[in-house]
Amino acid sequence: MSAPQTLYEKIWNAHVVEQRDDGTCLIFIDRHLVHEVTSPQAFEGLRVAGRQVRRPDLTLAVPDHNLPTTARLDANGNNIPIADPESAQQLEALERNAPEFGISYIDATDVKQGIVHVVGPEQGFSLPGTTIVCGDSHTACHGGLGALAFGIGTSEVEHVLATQTLQLSRSKSMEVRVEGELGPGVSAKDVVLHITGVLGASGGTGHVIEYTGAVIRALSIEGRLTISNMAIEHGARAGLVAPDDVTYAYLKGRPMAPKGGDWDAAVAYWRSLATDIDAVYDKVVTISAADIAPSVTWGTSPEDVLPITGVVPDPSTFADPSKQAAAQKSLDYMGLTPGMPMTDISVENIFIGSCTNSRIEDLRAAAAVLKGRKKADNVKWAIVVPGSGLVKQQAEAEGLDRIFIDAGLEWREPGCSACLGMNPDKVPAGERCASTSNRNFVGRQGPGARTHLVSPAMAAAAAITGRLTDVRAFMD
Amino acid sequence: MQPISSVKGKAYPLGLKNVDTDIIIPAAWLKTISRSGLGKGAFQTLRGVAGNVFDDPAYAGAPILIAGDNFGCGSSREHAAWAMADLGISAVIAPSFSDIFSGNAFKNGLLAIVLPQEAIDRLMDVAKTDEIHIDLETQTVTTPFQDRFAFEIDPFRKHCLINGVDEIGLTLKSSDAISAYENKISASQSWLSPNQA
Repeated sequence: MSAPQTLYEKIWNAHVVEQRDDGTCLIFIDRHLVHEVTSPQAFEGLRVAGRQVRRPDLTLAVPDHNLPTTARLDANGNNIPIADPESAQQLEALERNAPEFGISYIDATDVKQGIVHVVGPEQGFSLPGTTIVCGDSHTACHGGLGALAFGIGTSEVEHVLATQTLQLSRSKSMEVRVEGELGPGVSAKDVVLHITGVLGASGGTGHVIEYTGAVIRALSIEGRLTISNMAIEHGARAGLVAPDDVTYAYLKGRPMAPKGGDWDAAVAYWRSLATDIDAVYDKVVTISAADIAPSVTWGTSPEDVLPITGVVPDPSTFADPSKQAAAQKSLDYMGLTPGMPMTDISVENIFIGSCTNSRIEDLRAAAAVLKGRKKADNVKWAIVVPGSGLVKQQAEAEGLDRIFIDAGLEWREPGCSACLGMNPDKVPAGERCASTSNRNFVGRQGPGARTHLVSPAMAAAAAITGRLTDVRAFMD
Repeated sequence: MQPISSVKGKAYPLGLKNVDTDIIIPAAWLKTISRSGLGKGAFQTLRGVAGNVFDDPAYAGAPILIAGDNFGCGSSREHAAWAMADLGISAVIAPSFSDIFSGNAFKNGLLAIVLPQEAIDRLMDVAKTDEIHIDLETQTVTTPFQDRFAFEIDPFRKHCLINGVDEIGLTLKSSDAISAYENKISASQSWLSPNQA
């Protein structure tokens, strides 16, 4: 009998094409998602070297980062050109490169278009037990389905296009076990913000994290994708949640997922992937659900997390001197003073969207809080950006768009939007945003923008009061 | 990739921890379809601040950057490595790097050298007045004051850096092994082939 293995080890071992003496492995890549920002230089590299894409059938391209989230077609059904010439050029490059190299391409006006990390699972392109890469750090997201998924740079994008493999060294394994039961108003986003606060922004560096425990088991796929999405925010290149019946129910019947007898064979294989009982992780961290409140960030690193009931920390109370300096810089940038209750912080902008929180369940959670209510007058800009055209369609079928619009929020077209400040959706300098995205870095949502990361329900609550708010105040 | 075996010169004593990829190159600069010209956007938010090391004439043209823990955290944008190279930086020394940045740096012949915080503190001090020397062959960082810090590097990466190896070309030599793997999988796990939507 072979030694007990973790889920990560099983997926890794199943994908080794070759192993060199120094331990580096040539790893086969089952799925490659391509978007417009990190791929032009890779395709150019292939052209210069006269190389082809080895497995176009395992590659799927969709634009998301640059796209404006305003209407894409005019009243006559014609394309509305992208105003920004550089964004337009990047989109055109992908539109040209995909057919030239024989890759399936989902057009900006296709109902299937959306953020790559929403599209992959939604189409059944992303599957448990597979290796998935994309030139985007939030590729970790697909780990919510039990796939070994991680972000790569453009040179690696080119390497995968040309060879369908990567030269990789094995990571260490970490188990983050979340035990207990989440309290009212506490969502998957709060769990992952809390984990990031506990581990720190580099706590998972060099590791692949498997999220386990009763809390993770009880989550929907949307919730698991939210958690794994932010694995990178605590430094882990990949996150994993073992596939189970919830996963199979989510995937069955999706357009690109296996069908018929293939489906049964796939499920039988996926069931064999769970971490063996006696397998050993290099590191184990246990977290109690009872310690997790609706959470919010105060600083400019995702590790700067507090419960919404907390107060802005005093930098001098941090033990690590370099953290003291960093915290002071963060507070200066964020315009906050120590001791201020988080619920006293007013916000002028609300962003509900991003690959972390733009799926149907996220929109339902926000809509449940906003139903029959209005946004506060001091909230100048509040947008809801569905993760894909299909999420948008589903939300509209459920009437969620009316709830948002009636509350004074804007209902947009799918894309990365205000998560990263490279399309027209930006937060003005010096203003605050309660955002369901994944990074509160300096300038992330636009130069000088101040980001507070929250869950969809918390963003909705902040929209109503015009300040950071404990969503539990809106629950019966 | 150009071969690289040593870097010698002035070093920007930045020292900050959690220098994220949005600090190294803001997203507005990612709209290019080329690898070049990103130096102008490198460290833009830091350069807006009086007294920053990048605009200090004492460090003009320095080929080395010294930073704190978790350098390059955040996005997978290789533009971060391209921007630093375009700025003239050939090596970064820090107590730790994000996994993705470290890979991107390697692919571009940009050395990402890991040294403990005590060594970083000492080098930050030396950098204010003197040059620093990184030797990849001997895996050491030295100063004119007899400081000598040894660093670890993955032997495969070291080989590729010193010899300027084209990694795709190297992998393509394993084409037969890749084909064999593909054949094995299409026989045993045919369901892995995606239905085209």
